[in-house]
This record gives sequence, C-alpha cells and structure tokens, in this order.
Amino acid sequence: MTGPVHSPLIPTDLPKLAQAGDVRTGAQLIWETLAREGVDIVFGYPGGAIMPAYDAMPGYGIRHILTRHEQSAAHMADGYARASGRVGVAIATSGPGATNLVTGIATAMLDSSPIVCITGQVPSTLIGSDAFQEVDFTGVTLPVTKHNYLVTRAEDIVAAIREALYIAASGRPGPVVVDITKDAQQASCPFRWDSKPISLPGYRPDMPVLPPEKVAKACSMLAAARTPVILSGQGVIRSGATDALIAFAEKTNIPVACTLLGLGGFPASHELSLGMMGMHGEAWVNQAIQQSDLLIAVGMRFDDRVTGTLATYAPHAKKIHIELDRAEVNKNVKVDLPLLGDARQILTALTAEVAETKREDLWAGINNAKGDSAVRDIQTLPDTGKLFAAHVIHDLWRYTKGAAVVVTDVGQHQMWEAQYYKHDYPRRLITSGGLGTMGFALPAGMGAFCSQPEGPAVWVVAGDGGIQMTAAELSCCAQEGIKVNVAIINNGFLGMVRQWQQFFYGGRYVATPIQSPDFVKLADAHGLKGLRVTERGEVRAAIEAAEASPITTVIDFRVEQEDSVYPMVPSGAALGDMIRRPDSATPVDAQLGHNPIFETAKD
Amino acid sequence: MTSPGSRTFVAYVEDKPGVLNRVASLFRRRNFNIESLNVGKTHMPGVSRMTFVASADRDTALRVEANLYKLVNVLHVEDITDAPAVYRLLALIKVRVEPAQRPEVLQLVEVFRAKVVDVSASTLVVELAGTGEKVEGLVAVLRPYGIEELVQTGVVAMERGSGHGPSLASASLRPRFD
Repeated sequence: MTGPVHSPLIPTDLPKLAQAGDVRTGAQLIWETLAREGVDIVFGYPGGAIMPAYDAMPGYGIRHILTRHEQSAAHMADGYARASGRVGVAIATSGPGATNLVTGIATAMLDSSPIVCITGQVPSTLIGSDAFQEVDFTGVTLPVTKHNYLVTRAEDIVAAIREALYIAASGRPGPVVVDITKDAQQASCPFRWDSKPISLPGYRPDMPVLPPEKVAKACSMLAAARTPVILSGQGVIRSGATDALIAFAEKTNIPVACTLLGLGGFPASHELSLGMMGMHGEAWVNQAIQQSDLLIAVGMRFDDRVTGTLATYAPHAKKIHIELDRAEVNKNVKVDLPLLGDARQILTALTAEVAETKREDLWAGINNAKGDSAVRDIQTLPDTGKLFAAHVIHDLWRYTKGAAVVVTDVGQHQMWEAQYYKHDYPRRLITSGGLGTMGFALPAGMGAFCSQPEGPAVWVVAGDGGIQMTAAELSCCAQEGIKVNVAIINNGFLGMVRQWQQFFYGGRYVATPIQSPDFVKLADAHGLKGLRVTERGEVRAAIEAAEASPITTVIDFRVEQEDSVYPMVPSGAALGDMIRRPDSATPVDAQLGHNPIFETAKD
Repeated sequence: MTSPGSRTFVAYVEDKPGVLNRVASLFRRRNFNIESLNVGKTHMPGVSRMTFVASADRDTALRVEANLYKLVNVLHVEDITDAPAVYRLLALIKVRVEPAQRPEVLQLVEVFRAKVVDVSASTLVVELAGTGEKVEGLVAVLRPYGIEELVQTGVVAMERGSGHGPSLASASLRPRFD
C-alpha cells in the first residue's frame, strides 16, 4: 500500500515569468497569465487537446488538483470561489472533458459564482469536421455562461484569459469559458502584457451612485411601513454588505429573513434575524412576509422557491428591490422602488438618511407566531434512541460552534442543514441553490478547503444519493491531501423525491429506495477514515473524531428513513399555506390522507 | 409603426463572430419572441446594428433591454417603439404576368412606388421598399395574377431628427438605470 501522492498545498517552486517580447508558446501564456493574475490553484483533468497546456504547467507556481471527473473540477472551482471570493479556475480537455464541465458551469451560473473554465479544443483547422473529441463548446455553453471565448491564435490567449477572469469576478459574478484550440497552444508569439485595467466597450459593471431622490423615496416608504421585513439574499454576501445590513436593520428595527443562499449574510443569532424564508422556510418567516406591508429585498431575485405562487405573494406589501442586475427587476415580482447598484453602498446610503424606529408591535406578533413551530421544538426533543437528521445537523452546529464551512448538495439534507445549522458568518454555507445539483457538495467542499487550508473546518453534508454521484472524489482527497469532513445523511432513499411521492404522488415510492455501498469501507478503501453513527448519543464523538483527524473523514449517519422536511409550502401554493410537522393531536392520515409520518413534535 | 403588442429595438453590437447567435440565444432562452430581426454594418468600423421587433409589453421590453446589456458584446440598446421613426423593409415579388397583363400590373407597381427589376416572357420581379403594411398591400393586389416567389428582409428602423445614435466613445453607450 502506497501513501498519498500529493504535492504540498502551497507550491514551493518559483514562477518563471516572461519579460515583454520573450517568445512563448500559447500553452505557456495560459499559465503566465493565470500566475500574473494571482491564480495559484486549478482543478482539472488532462486529455488530448489540452496536453500542450498541461506540459507547460510546471514551473509557474500553480498547483493542480487532479479530479476524478470534470464535473467535480467545475464544482471545486465553484466551492473555491464561494468560500474565498476569488475566481476559481477549472481546466479540461475538448469534447467529453468539456461537456462534463457543463453541469458545474450551469451550477455556477444559476448561483452567480465566479469561475473560469479553460478547455482544450481540436486544432483550428479541424473545427467543424467532427474531429475526434470535437464538440462546439462555446455553442454548448452559450446559454449557461456569463460570457465565453473561442481562441484560435496564441496571440489572443493572454487577453482572453485576463478578460475572462475580469468578467467572471466583476458585476454580478458568473462562469466564463475560454476554449483554446490545440494549435493555438502549440504556436508561439512574443509575450505582451497590457498593464492598464481591462476596459470592454460593451461591458460596464460599474454602477452609478444612487440618486438622492431615490434614497428619500425609500426613506418615506420605510417611515410609512408598520410591518416591514428585509429579505436578504446572496447579493449581501457577494457585496460584503453584512455590516451595512446589520447597521440598517438595527437602526430601523426591521426583522431580516434570509434566502437559502443568503444564509450567513445576516447573523442567525442576531436578535433581528427571523430565519430562512420560502418553501422550507420557517412558518413564522413566511407568515411575516405574507402579512408585511413593506418588503426590502436585498440582493435576491424572488425565486419561485422563495415566493410560492406569485398571485398571492405578499399581497399587502410594497416592495423595494436593492439589486445589482437590472434584468432581475420586475422579473418575477413587480416592485415599487428598484434601487440599482451595490448592496453595501445602497444600504450605507439608506442607513445615513433613514429615521431610527422602534417596532415593538411587530415583534410581539412575530414572537407569537413562533410559538407553534415544530422546527423550533425539535431541537429540544428528548433522546429516544432514534437518530433524526435534525439531531445530526443540530449537533453538528453545536459541536462545530457554528463556525464550520458547511457545503451541501440538494434535497432533504440541504433543507435540514439550512434549518438547523445557524449560520452566523458569510461564506460559511456553500450550497447548490439555483440549479439544485446533486453531487455538488463533496467537490465544492474540497474546493472550499483548497481556498483556505488553514481556515475553519469544512463539513460536507450530503445525502446517500448525492454523495454517490461524485464519491470518486474521495480518491482525489486522498491523493491531494485534501481534508474535509463528510457527513452522509443516509436514509436509504432519494429523500426529497420520496417526500414528494409521499405527499403528492399517493405514497408510491417509484425509484427512490437506493442502495449504498458501505460508506465506512468505502472511506477505508481510499485510505481515509470512516465512521458510522446510528444513535444520537454517538453523534458528538463522531464529529469530534472527524475534526481531530488529519485526513478526510466520512461519517455514515444512519437516520430515520421516512422522515420529511417540515414545514413545507407545496410547489405552486401560497407562501402562507404550509404543511406543518404533524403532531398527535392532528393525525397525519387526516391531514394528508396517506402514509403516516413517523416523527412528530411530541415523539 | 410597430404593431400593437410588439416593440422595436435598435441594438449596436460588436462586429464579432457569434454575436448574432448570442442575441438569438438570449431571446430563445428567456422566452422572448422575435418577430423580425435584421443585422448589418454601420458607418462605425467594428460596430453592427441590429433592428428587431419582439412581442413584448413595456415591462418585458425593459427586461429585454436589460438582458441585452448583459451580453458582453452588446454596446447600446434602445427601445424606439414610442419614438417617431422611419421603418423600412425590402421585398422582392416574382409575379406571373402574361404580356397582355403587363400594362395593368405596371400601373399597380407605379401606384405603390415599387420598381420592376426583372422582366421575362411570363414573369416580373417587383422590388418594393416600405413598411410591412405597404408590402402587404402590394402583395394583396398582385396575388390574383399569381405570385411565384416572395422574399422580404426584416424591418430596419431609424429615429427621425437629429441627436440619435451613439458614437463608440460617447457616454450614451451607458445603459440607463431608471
């Protein structure tokens, strides 16, 4: 048995950068540009059309992480970007290597994550001939990228990569593809570097200052509001607006609800924090929104998972929309006052002008509504020997002191994480929200770790379905010395689909029971640490053992099989009409007409 | 001049490969319906101008505009639906005309200020530049003779009066934020 074959995380070889006029190959110019732009790690997988680039890589001080699938390379770049705020870079070959990136690119697009994907392409003379491993990758990625480039000349490589990094990170961030033909990588040209800031005639991410009359209008709407609610989205995190939002909320005493991707943008433990809104948001949050007379939406886009049916969404509320992307204004919900620009600047400007307000009535109502929430009650459930996902997440929050970087897939575990892990810090929840990509969590968590190896512990929380989509990356963890903690919420089902089958498809569990490998043995097979937890009493020790271990540790949490996520707004229903966690006073059969749900708040 | 429920946009774009594809892809992806699209060079090197008509209300039009600005190669967009503007498209109509009928057809062509650009023993090719309605009018009167072929371009439009149209360096390239 051989030990891990990993290179150190911090590269020790010194960059060998070119002088102006030095002749370099296109392949060298790729790394030259990345190194000069501060990129020190890329996630990728080699192949024919990108081989010249790989051959030129050593010596530029850039670490390469060899993934087990290109989809993971894109997710790692994404996780890296979301955890750090820097651009993540993925690299792959033409054809299947490139198309494997697409799910990761679309994930980054929907969640506005800045990544750059560099792909090899067949030689320019063969483009259009259906050559081996040829695919029209700029064509394929057109609808799922912020922008893309096809580069056929070595002379164009530097500018394309610089522009790609700039476009990915600026304005509303997003993925950019740079597809470089093999002959462009092989050709040589003199190195040129334009040190001026990049300026593109059709791309102007800078925003004008908010006109004072709009600030005044917002202030008068705020002054007139009796039951306002702030809706805090991922834009708050992206613009670094947490402090500005806290100052604004504290001065106006307006409660703050977060979207899924906005969690952590406003501290969950703050007294003005309401919690998560939307389909699996807490009942009192959705109720506060439905009864509100003014919504102040910050960096969020009124996604269908947040609004429920639009016809009945917050019917009495006027809406102020603080948003960077003009195309989001009035897309789903008609707003009364759009404030376009950077969230931090706008919130700061509003805080300076707005009147200080007390809102005791508002809080009395909200606290009253909190009383009947099962989500809150479950945290104090006695230990009956059963293991519920809610317990696992709640304990994970307790024993990581709420400070871990938690990375989730999509599904039940994702919602339980959002409900029970209280995020107090921005960039500590990384989840596939918009696209809802299974298989995202493990590679994204690995990318997050690579962005800050000395940072807070990374906890990958995934279901037994999602983890199997990219479980091969455990091998990458072992080879590259990546340390993440993997909590598998293993219920033997594709849980969220099973829940929908239970609620909306007559309890017919078609294709949702899923068999898994022995995850402890799987970890062991990779030379990693594996643990199994079947009772609540074992949760703490497992969490602590994982954190203490220097290598990636996989914990197989065998949770209750047919537990559901409550509360829930059925798809297409009004936000206020939530299915609550049933209790013994209201038999579940009477509520739903079919399968009983095992757990109740009074268990 | 635009039919009800439709709006006319003028977009200046960089003259680069694939830009038309990007614009068309955007419309398809966002479920905006294009009724007519025309693209051609302008007097500014490297800059093409698109005119397109899309079925959209005012709100949708604003989002069309905002989405177009998100394309890196799009320089400037204007919704000129409510502005006084000249609209033109070009049609070529090949109509079956026996020699005996030629005089009356030529008269119709005259009335519409169209031109005959090709004559054969049994056909005429008529060229007409004008609005969509005008073309429809000529087609209607020629139809009884028998139309063999008809081709038309998309609409191009230009605002009347001075002060329109950006230069590449000007601040008017900046999107509006209201």
